[in-house]
Amino acid sequence: MTRSTTQPANNASTDTTLFDRRPLSFDPSLRRNRLNGLFTFISGVFATLAVLPLVLVLVYVLVQGGRLISLRLFTELPPAPGLEGGGFGNAMIGTVLVTLIAALIAIPVGVAGGVYLSEYAGKSWFGQLVSFGNDVLAGVPSIISGVFVYGLIVASRVFFGQSYSAMAGGIALSVLMLPTVIKTTNEGLKLVPNELRLGAYGVGASRYVTITQVVLPAALTPISTGAVLAIARAAGETAPLIFTALFSAFWPEGIFNPIATMSVLIFNFAIMPYPAQNELAWAASFVLVMMILAANLLARWLSRLSKT
Amino acid sequence: MPAHHPMTSDQGLSADALFTLRRRPTSEKLLDLGFRQLTLALASLVAIVLLAILITVFQGSREAMASFGLRFLVTSAWDPVNEQYGAFVAIYGTLVSSLLSLAIAVPLGVGTAIFITEDLIPRRLRELIGLMVELLAAIPSVVLGLWAIFVMEPAIRPALELLHQLLGWTPFFASTPQGPGMAPAILILVVMVLPIITAISRDALNQVPIELRQGAYGVGTTRWGAIFAVILPAAISSIIGGVMLALGRAMGETMAVTMIIGNSLNFDLSLLAPGNTIASMLANQFGEADGIQVSALMYAALILMLLTFTVNVLAQWVVRRLSLKY
Repeated sequence: MTRSTTQPANNASTDTTLFDRRPLSFDPSLRRNRLNGLFTFISGVFATLAVLPLVLVLVYVLVQGGRLISLRLFTELPPAPGLEGGGFGNAMIGTVLVTLIAALIAIPVGVAGGVYLSEYAGKSWFGQLVSFGNDVLAGVPSIISGVFVYGLIVASRVFFGQSYSAMAGGIALSVLMLPTVIKTTNEGLKLVPNELRLGAYGVGASRYVTITQVVLPAALTPISTGAVLAIARAAGETAPLIFTALFSAFWPEGIFNPIATMSVLIFNFAIMPYPAQNELAWAASFVLVMMILAANLLARWLSRLSKT
Repeated sequence: MPAHHPMTSDQGLSADALFTLRRRPTSEKLLDLGFRQLTLALASLVAIVLLAILITVFQGSREAMASFGLRFLVTSAWDPVNEQYGAFVAIYGTLVSSLLSLAIAVPLGVGTAIFITEDLIPRRLRELIGLMVELLAAIPSVVLGLWAIFVMEPAIRPALELLHQLLGWTPFFASTPQGPGMAPAILILVVMVLPIITAISRDALNQVPIELRQGAYGVGTTRWGAIFAVILPAAISSIIGGVMLALGRAMGETMAVTMIIGNSLNFDLSLLAPGNTIASMLANQFGEADGIQVSALMYAALILMLLTFTVNVLAQWVVRRLSLKY
């Protein structure tokens, strides 16, 4: 046994000219190993720097906003500039209402669009056009969707002569949600095995029945994950709302009137020179961030559910 | 086995009753067709909305186009009293803030992606870092803006002052930092585009086939030798595509930038001075504007749309054309 292991070593020593033999042990002082360690260290520093903002933002929002949380914040109206106290009850209702309007528009339209792309379009030119248009729409800056709805709805006063309204804000948000919902629906449906469709056709189901009773239920988790993420993103959007839903210091007066939302409240109160307003902005950030993080964790839980 | 017999005989007897040719009723066919047309109509809504955005913004900007023409791109007057408008300050600010923020965010994002894909640290820790970066993407822009105003900007001001003292002789750091400005806006943009770059780079690195890594390690390279010579080149097309998507996002990013950039209407080469971007100009002025100012803002919005559109289409093209086929 010992002979056989020493034998090749002896052979190797004879042709060192062919192979530059190095010991097979790790030598940390080699240049390549030192460089390796250096790059690992640098990438670790980069990762720390990347995570740092999240930690800092969360800590400040939790500490600055969390200590101000009280019941009156949810039941009172925002104070006039310069006054103390008050809350953001109207903005809470406003955010829920505007996001609901957006979801009621974007989710049905987006799911249907995703169904068309995945089930009917195939590789047709129109399907490719819609898919390309969807990617472009996803890249349109959020402020542009505000400008669009301003030009289309607010300035033209199509809703009963009203200019700024919760409805206009909801429509602006739905423009932003639509590409996400279409994309996640399309991708979710593509993951459904084709055997399910063939099986349904085999027992005589029509295409409509196949899609609504077999394919869509099979893709329910990815679709709802996408919908939850789209809602969470829309709830935090500000830019499309500043000049569509505007702001209101009063309780909501229906969906065809200007309405306060959490995000616009944070924006307005953050840039005011009054500490009371700034504190309300921190407290509203706390509530908004908690809502959005909860929605994101829900979406992650949903997608993990589909994997098991 | 005995239980099987009656069944087969039963089938043979009543085959006619079991299998009859059923014609689909007209109502079922109509429902099928109707559903198809409905999804088709709702899918085409995407194209219609896109077209409507373009037409609305274009129509709105025609008045300003007629009076200012291409001069709008290179002049920096923004004067509602004399109705003279030029968007140079905002266009310059948009390009500078997005490009400089990417210059910082790309190494950070790609480095983080390598750190959490290349098996350098335990799996749990990798997943935790990935989750945290993803959650960073979920924090609303307006909350980051609030944080930037009250926490980040006061915290980095000493560093910016030091920069001014050391490099104040160059025009880029010539002014004293005094609150909102281009530099804090660039930093908050870094925070906002970092999750996109990290997520896309991580997916790209994860898709590099394991055989390529094994081959590289097999010929005796170090881990970082493999990363630089094999893994990054294999993933580079998706990473560049992700970087360009992030560029588009940075150009259109509105709230956090508006809150911290200072919204100055005067041109200043210094990064420590207040600046402006197209998106923040829109956010600030659109609500109160009237007459030709609305049109000028629409013109600026059109330019922003064209910029982001070009960048996004290029991003898709890069991913499609440059991707390596293993």
